[in-house]
Amino acid sequence: MKISNKIIERHGLKIDEYKKIKLLLEREPNLLELGIFSAMWNEHCSYKSSKVHLKKLPTKNKYVIQGPGENAGVIDIGDDDAIIFKIESHNHPSFIEPYQGAATGVGGILRDVFTMGARPIALLNSIHFGEEKNKKTKNLLNGVVSGIGGYGNCIGIPTVAGETKFNETYNENILVNAMAVGHANKNKIFYSKAKGLNKPVVYVGSKTGRDGIHGASMASAEFDENSEDKKPTVQVGDPFTEKLLLEACLQLMKDNSIISIQDMGAAGLTSSSVEMAHKGSLGLELDLSKVPCREENMTPYEMMLSESQERMLIILEEGKEESAKKIFDKWDLDFKIIGKTTSSNKLILKYDNKTVADIPINALSTDAPIYQRKWEKTKLVKNKKLNNIKKGNFKESLLKILTSPNHSNKKWITQQYDQMVMGDTILRSGSDAAVIKIHQKNKAIAVSVDSSANYCNASPQVGGKQIVCENWRNLISVGSRPIAITNCLNFGNPENKKIMGQFVETIDGIKEACEYLDFPVVSGNVSFYNGTNKKNIFPTPVIGGVGLVQNLNKVIDHRFKDIGNEILVIGKTFGHLHQSVYMNEILGINDGLPPEVNLKNEKNNGQIIMQLIDNNFVRSVHDVSAGGIILSLAEMSMSSGIGVKIARPNKLSNIFEYFFGEDQSRYIVEIKKEKISATIKLLDENNIFHETIGQTQANNFSVEKEFDESVDKIYKLNNTWFKNINATIKK
Amino acid sequence: MKFAITVTLKKDVLDPQGKVVQQTLQNMGMDTLVNVRQGKYFEIELNETKEDVAKNLIEEMCKKLLVNLIIENYTINKIS
Amino acid sequence: MKSSVIVFPGSNCDRDIAVALEKLQFKNKMVWHKDSELPKSDLIVIPGGFSYGDYLRSGAIAAKSKILNEVIKAANKGCLILGVCNGFQILIETGLIKGALLRNKNLKFINKDVYLKVNNTNQFCKNYKNGQIIKLNIAHNEGNYFTDKNHLMEIKENNLIAFQYCDEKGLVNDETNPNGSLNNIAGILNSKKNILGMMPHPERMIDKIISNEDGLNIFSSILN
Repeated sequence: MKISNKIIERHGLKIDEYKKIKLLLEREPNLLELGIFSAMWNEHCSYKSSKVHLKKLPTKNKYVIQGPGENAGVIDIGDDDAIIFKIESHNHPSFIEPYQGAATGVGGILRDVFTMGARPIALLNSIHFGEEKNKKTKNLLNGVVSGIGGYGNCIGIPTVAGETKFNETYNENILVNAMAVGHANKNKIFYSKAKGLNKPVVYVGSKTGRDGIHGASMASAEFDENSEDKKPTVQVGDPFTEKLLLEACLQLMKDNSIISIQDMGAAGLTSSSVEMAHKGSLGLELDLSKVPCREENMTPYEMMLSESQERMLIILEEGKEESAKKIFDKWDLDFKIIGKTTSSNKLILKYDNKTVADIPINALSTDAPIYQRKWEKTKLVKNKKLNNIKKGNFKESLLKILTSPNHSNKKWITQQYDQMVMGDTILRSGSDAAVIKIHQKNKAIAVSVDSSANYCNASPQVGGKQIVCENWRNLISVGSRPIAITNCLNFGNPENKKIMGQFVETIDGIKEACEYLDFPVVSGNVSFYNGTNKKNIFPTPVIGGVGLVQNLNKVIDHRFKDIGNEILVIGKTFGHLHQSVYMNEILGINDGLPPEVNLKNEKNNGQIIMQLIDNNFVRSVHDVSAGGIILSLAEMSMSSGIGVKIARPNKLSNIFEYFFGEDQSRYIVEIKKEKISATIKLLDENNIFHETIGQTQANNFSVEKEFDESVDKIYKLNNTWFKNINATIKK
Repeated sequence: MKFAITVTLKKDVLDPQGKVVQQTLQNMGMDTLVNVRQGKYFEIELNETKEDVAKNLIEEMCKKLLVNLIIENYTINKIS
Repeated sequence: MKSSVIVFPGSNCDRDIAVALEKLQFKNKMVWHKDSELPKSDLIVIPGGFSYGDYLRSGAIAAKSKILNEVIKAANKGCLILGVCNGFQILIETGLIKGALLRNKNLKFINKDVYLKVNNTNQFCKNYKNGQIIKLNIAHNEGNYFTDKNHLMEIKENNLIAFQYCDEKGLVNDETNPNGSLNNIAGILNSKKNILGMMPHPERMIDKIISNEDGLNIFSSILN
C-alpha cells in the first residue's frame, strides 16, 4: 500500500514528520509502521510540544525516590513505606462517551500505579463541565460520575476526594482527570526498564479487541463537527478484570520473577513495548500471531494500535514462566509469551512467520520530534476600579453563591463513590484533603486535587503558582506535611502562540511555587488540544498533592467542634476581588488580575498552622480559597451544624472586599478560649498576621447587621442544586 | 400496536458481562457453548394504527434514548 | 473461635472483614472459591465487593460456585453464616435467605453512613442493647430488600429483622430509608436464625480513629 498524503494526515502526522520517518528508516514505512510512528509521535505519547518546558520543573527533594519518566512518581514516607501516585487526563473520550470514558480513565491511572508494585489505596478526580444552561452538561456530569464510581467501586478502591467545576469554557470540551495513589514497600518497586537478552516478553490480562484504535491520536486532535463520528473508537472498561489483573500482578511481584512491567495504556502494545526496550537500550521481537485476540481476523495493525483495557506487558526472568502462568491461570487471565528481548535495538514484529515491521527503537523514542513552539506572553488585563460595590446586597450574594452549582454541596456526587472500602479512610470528600491511613500503621497520607482555571486564564503565571499553594494549604489544613505533587496540564492547541504562552507561563508559576515550598513534581500528564473549532479552553492545570501525617491523633478537619470558641483568620486580608467568585458570579465581571501569591507568607503561614495543629491549639482548620472568608466560614458551619457570630470588620471600609476577597495564604482556625493566649503568643513571636473575627455559636450563621440565618437553612439551600438534578437528567 | 426491541452490543465492542456469563456456564459443564453476548429487551405498546408511523416513532425512541448508538445496535419487531 | 472468609474473584471487602475478625481474636482463614473443601469453622463470612463484577445479577454467579455447596451444607448443620453487602446478595441468590435485593430506589450507587435500629434477639446482635441505634456505612447499588407477603408475615412473627434503617433518634420511616427496602430492612435472619444477611458494613466501623466502633459488637456477639 502506497502511503498517500491523506493517509499521513489521517494518522495525525505532518508532512515534515513523515519526511523525518523516511529519513530514520532510510525507506518508506509500510502502513503498520506508519501506525506505530503515529502512535509514538503524537502529542500524548511523545510530549513533543511540552518536553522542553517540563524539564524546568523541580522533581527532587529528600522524599523523592522516583520522579517523572516512569509510570508514576514514588516518594518515601519512612519505615520502608513508599507512596506511588499520578494523575492523568481522559478528556476527549469522556466527552464522546462519558461513562466509558471516565471509567477507563480510572482504570488506566490505576494500572500506572499498580504496575510499579503498589496496592492502590485511594482515587481522586478533577472533573470540569460546561455551564449549567448548556444542555449537555447534566448528562455529561451524570455519565462521568457514574463511570468513575462504576469503576472504582467495583475494583474496591475508595474514591476519596476530588473537585467538580462548571464553566462555560468547557461547554464543548469537558475535563476528566483521575488520580491514583498506591502504597508499596520501597524495596519492592517495579520499573519499566528492560534488562537482559532473550528474556521472555509476556502478554497478560484481557484479550485484544478493536477498542479505541487510534485513541491516542484522537486525544491529540481538536474536536470538530465530525467528532461524533469518531465514537466507535471509545474503549469499554471492565473493572472486574482489572481487579483480577491487580491481584495477579501483586501476587507475581512477591517473588523475583519480574524484570520489567508496563501497562498497555494509550497506544497499547506499541507504547508499552517501545518504552521497555528504549529504557533498557535493547531490542524487542514480538510474534503477533501469539497475541490473544477477542475478534476474528485482527490485523497486526489493529493489534499494535488497539487500546483494549486491562492488559499488561511483562519481561520475565527465564525459568519463571511456569510459576507465573499458574498465577494468571488462577485469576482466569490470559498469559502468553509473545516475544523476547534482543540486542538489535529494534522493534521487530512478525506475523505468520513474516517480518511485518522493523523499526529502530530510537526512531520511536529519542529521535521523535521535539518542538520549541512559538509562544507569546498572556496580555494581563489591569484591575478596574469597582464603583458600585458598596451597593451590593450581602445576604443575596452569599445565598446566590451557596446555591450555585460550583459551590453547592457535592454529596450527590460523592455518595455515588465508595469512599470507605479498604477500611482506612479517616477523612472523606468534603474535607480540605482526604486522609487515608497506611494500613495497620500509626500514620497516614493526605491527598487533594486543586485547580483555578479563572485565575490561570487571567494570569497563567500567578495562577500556576496559586494552585500549587492552594494544594499545599489543603494538605496542611488536615494535619499533614506536604511532600510532593503530580500535575495534569489541560490546555488548548499548542500550535497557537497564545495557548503555548499560557502553557509556558503556567509552568513558570508552578516551578516557582514548587521550588520555594520544596514541593516537587514527581509525575504528571499533559493534555493539549482541548477545545473545539479554534475555541480553546481556559488553561486548566490540575495539581494533585500528597502529604504525610506522622501521628494519627493530629488529623484535623474543618468542621467546627464546639460552641463558644474563638475564630481567627491567619494571614492578611487585603480584599482582592478581581477574578473572585463574587466578581464572576455576582457582578458578572471576568477581567482583572487574580490575587498575587506571596510565597514567603505562604510558607510562614503554612508552617505556623502545622505548629498550631501539632501543639493541639486548634479545634478545626480550613483554608480560605474561592469565595473568601465568608464561604470558608459557611463550609465550616454547614459541615458541623454549628453557627458563628462574626463581627463587622473595622479596618476595611468595604464588607464585600473583606468577606468575599480572595487574598491568598490564609486559614481560618477555631480555638478554645483557654488556648487563645498561647496561640496569639506563638503567632506574634513568629510575626504572623492574625485577627479574631468572631465566635462559634449554636444554630445561627450570623454576620453583624448583614446576615442571620439558621445553619440548617443554609445547609438546605446549599443542597438544592444537586437535589433538583435527577429530574433533568436524560435516561 | 406492540413492538419488541432488542438492543445488543456492536460486534467489536467488549462485553464484560457476556464474557463472565460465558465462562461460568462453561465451568458448569455446558461444553458446546461457543459465545454469549448480553443485551436488553423492550416491549413497547403504542396507541397508533398506522404501522409506518408507529415504526418511525419507535426508531426515534431507540435513537434518542433506548440505545447508546456509540456501542449498541438494535432491531425492531412488530409483535401485535 | 474459627472463622472462614470466602473469597470470590471481585470480592473487595475480604481483607476488611479479616481485619475485624482478627481484631476480635478469631482464628481466621481465607477460602478461595475454587476450593472444594471448607475448613472447620464456627463462622463463615461472605464478604462485600463485586463478585464477578456484579455481572448478570449481583451475587448470581458466585452463588453457583463449588464452595457455596459446602457453605449450604454447613448452614444446614447450624454453622453461623454472615453475609455482608455483596455477601448478602449471594445469600439471597443461593436461597439461604428468602427475598430479593432490587436496585436502590434512586437508581444510584449509595455510599454513606446510616443509622440502624438493632434487634438483639439473635446470636449476631446479642451484645447490643435491644433497640440500640448504631451508625454503620452502606455502599451498594442493589440493597432494596423485597419479599412476598407470606414471608414478610413470617419475618415479623419470628422476629427475623436484625437491623432497620432509621435516623439518629430511631425513627423508622420512608425518609430514613436510603434505598427503598421493605420495612426499612437493612439486615435479616433466616428462620433458624443462624444466617444473617445485611447491607451495611460492620467491618468499616471498628476503629475510633477512622470512624466509630459500632460494628464491633456483631463480631463480639458471635464470639460468645
